[in-house]
Amino acid sequence: MLPPPIAIRVATEWLSARARWQPLEIVFWLGAFAAIYLLPESHLILTEIAWLGLFALSLDLILGYAGIISLGHAAFFGLGAYTAALLAKHEIINEPVMALLVSGLVAMALGFVTSFLVLRGSDLTRLMVTLGVALLLRELANRLGWLTGGADGLQGVTIKPVLGMFRFDMFGHTGYAYCLTVLFILFLIARRLVNSPFGLSLMSVKGNPLRSSAIGISVDARLIAIYTVAAGYAGIAGALLAQTTSFASLEVFSFDRSADLLLVLIIGGAGYLYGGLIGAIIFKFMQDYLSVLTPQYWPFWIGLVLVVIVLVGRERITSWTTPVRRIASHLNWRALAHRIAASSSERH
Amino acid sequence: MTVALETINLVKRFSGIIASNNVSLQIAKGARHALIGPNGAGKTTLINLLTGVQRPTSGRILLDGEDISARSTHERVRLGIVRTFQINQLFNDLTPLETIGLAVSERRGQGLDWWRIVGSRPDLVTEVVEILERFHLTDVIDKRTAVLPYGKQRLLEIAVAIACRPRVLLLDEPAAGVPEDERHEILAAVAALPSDVTVLLIEHDMDIVFSFADRISVLVNGALFVEGSPEEVARDPRVKAVYLGEELADA
Amino acid sequence: MLTILFDGIAYGMLLFVLASGLAVTLGLMNFINLAHGSFAMAGGYVTVLLVNRLGVPFLASLPIAFLASAVIGFVLERTLYVHVYRKSHLDQVLFTIGLVFMSVAAADYVMGSSQVFVQVPASLQGQFDISGIGIGRYRLLIIVICGLLTVALQFILAYTRFGSRLRAAVDDSRVARGLGINVNWVFALTFAFGSGLAGLGGALGAEILGLDPTFPLKFMIYFLIVVTVGGTSSITGPFLASLVLGIGDVAGKYYVPTLGSFVIYTIMIVVLIWRPQGLFSRAASR
Repeated sequence: MLPPPIAIRVATEWLSARARWQPLEIVFWLGAFAAIYLLPESHLILTEIAWLGLFALSLDLILGYAGIISLGHAAFFGLGAYTAALLAKHEIINEPVMALLVSGLVAMALGFVTSFLVLRGSDLTRLMVTLGVALLLRELANRLGWLTGGADGLQGVTIKPVLGMFRFDMFGHTGYAYCLTVLFILFLIARRLVNSPFGLSLMSVKGNPLRSSAIGISVDARLIAIYTVAAGYAGIAGALLAQTTSFASLEVFSFDRSADLLLVLIIGGAGYLYGGLIGAIIFKFMQDYLSVLTPQYWPFWIGLVLVVIVLVGRERITSWTTPVRRIASHLNWRALAHRIAASSSERH
Repeated sequence: MTVALETINLVKRFSGIIASNNVSLQIAKGARHALIGPNGAGKTTLINLLTGVQRPTSGRILLDGEDISARSTHERVRLGIVRTFQINQLFNDLTPLETIGLAVSERRGQGLDWWRIVGSRPDLVTEVVEILERFHLTDVIDKRTAVLPYGKQRLLEIAVAIACRPRVLLLDEPAAGVPEDERHEILAAVAALPSDVTVLLIEHDMDIVFSFADRISVLVNGALFVEGSPEEVARDPRVKAVYLGEELADA
Repeated sequence: MLTILFDGIAYGMLLFVLASGLAVTLGLMNFINLAHGSFAMAGGYVTVLLVNRLGVPFLASLPIAFLASAVIGFVLERTLYVHVYRKSHLDQVLFTIGLVFMSVAAADYVMGSSQVFVQVPASLQGQFDISGIGIGRYRLLIIVICGLLTVALQFILAYTRFGSRLRAAVDDSRVARGLGINVNWVFALTFAFGSGLAGLGGALGAEILGLDPTFPLKFMIYFLIVVTVGGTSSITGPFLASLVLGIGDVAGKYYVPTLGSFVIYTIMIVVLIWRPQGLFSRAASR
């Protein structure tokens, strides 16, 4: 016996409401793209925010959606950065977008290989392993000075124009447009992914891996898949850094970078994709402001922010942003949901 | 009698303790088979072994004649052996709609679909809503599982298992912890299970056992103690002694 | 080669004293304290101040370093850490990273960013020569002190009432509370003691490891390796892990200088793949 059409309609409506573009999102992206024309003097910092946002987005994929705590996400970031820088310096791939894709693939390969390490063990083991991989890469980059420039960093990198047409300039105009476009495209893909059945399965794995496997989900396979994708995203973010600064140094692998990234994501909130982007904006402005005040000791304030966030409670902080989102998404289906309940109880 | 699920000399040892002692069980296709026994008899361990949550120390498990002893949990689900948990194991942040939707889409092999939006396949949504209707969950379709009353959660627990279209369903104390006024819904749901699904039921409540089961196995200290039809088991003095002993201990 | 073994053992035992507090905290409260190195740093700086600026004898400064770190640990535990115990591992990681950043910046501000050295008394400098093996005096002191501490720790855990309360609380804190054990005080005292040990380790290690404000960050991975490889359900686990790590690191850097640091990371990754719960722990599954 088929359920009444209204029930199906409500269910479909509710499910598609999950993935519907909210007005605020459209405003956000319009604003971001408008800044290309409206805020030219801020393009340098906006470029940094763009690739930092992408980096944080990649962490959100594994932390916010799959529940993997990583202290070494900088490993993929750094690998992408050095790959892009080396490709440009040695003129192996001259076109930045191609180099970007290759860097992403290299980072994805590392992500795939190391994903097996984060499958087993507790949270602490995962922390250890991810941290260890990043430190290992840093050490490797340090030793291979002939390739990477060692502690001085990779010098002499020149980036050719994007798609052969848009030359990089000192003011970040091309840089920002380039980074923003890459970020937007990757964001669209990620948005599609988290709203898909695969994305739903990730959330189930994060919430209750035992139950997930009890409905036929191969937890390991899902985690490997998302970890690999996230590594690719992080690698592309690193490549963007290298391409917009024409430089790569050891500190792309540093623990500081991984730790700062956690903070960026947490400030914005994990698990709804925009947290990394919002966090990047807040973090960059905070960093800018603080490093003017206390250039040497600003890690102190960053640390303090982290401590306060945890003590106050992450849920309480992100709950300040959720009501806005909730209002927008609640408008349509709440009413319909009550109707389905009414029609159900009528028949029983 | 076609045998749907069979164990052959199943043994599970935990550093000195024998949780499952040479269990050889045969469950007929379409049966309503109950597994009873005192606390600590190893019933949940047996379920864990059957579903791959734990590996046996020795012995084999056959599903429709196929040896599944080496398969992982999720592989076994795909082959058709599904369980419910004695203590609810649900996705606290997902709604029943999303939970059942996930189970159905996984079963249909669409779990790796990363491009489609959830809910864009009408036939899938129809099936999901139909399952939710059957288990009286349509009035809470959009609520987070964590806020549902316990009885509803228990219904969801069973609904998720059914959504996987199992050949063999292992129910681990489905009515456990459910308040009196909500129990009848659970029992009705269990009674209404499709007849082609083989059901192995673990229960303590003898009323449920005797009204539901067509065959009963008694597990004591990890070993099969007595097996037979409900009348045979009810009359067996050894079974009474085992349970009477437990009742005396409780009193 | 035996000199290397000797140096490795000294390094390993130092690591053990430094990391033991972390092992106990992790095993006890399932709390990931990445800021453990900050307590070590505090002890190190206390000793530097006492010995270099105030002329306190080196050996006398060690107990003071222990006490100072223990007090700081106790205060922080009662005021801040206690609010974070029930939170998720992610929150614990964020919280303790925040503390690390704060302590690193604070140390930078107070003590300056360059590496400092302790004015080790002449009696501890140089080395004995026993049949061709160079036994560094300072390293010998480290081995002696750390060895005594290990024995004392094992003794406390196994033979005293506090030790049995601690072991009960580690095993199952709910049951321990039910038995009337004041688990909160056990935690607080243990945390303080572990921090004190870290401080002592920092004081002893300043000379060998080098002391600067980035100490907690540099050595975080070492402590974590000791704890993950050694497991948290015993004293011997981390002890053996520290020795393996210490000898491996020293030997690695000596025999294969180009790959020196990789030895540690490789050991860690290999161990974690093979036995995610640690080499020496019982099958712990938290």
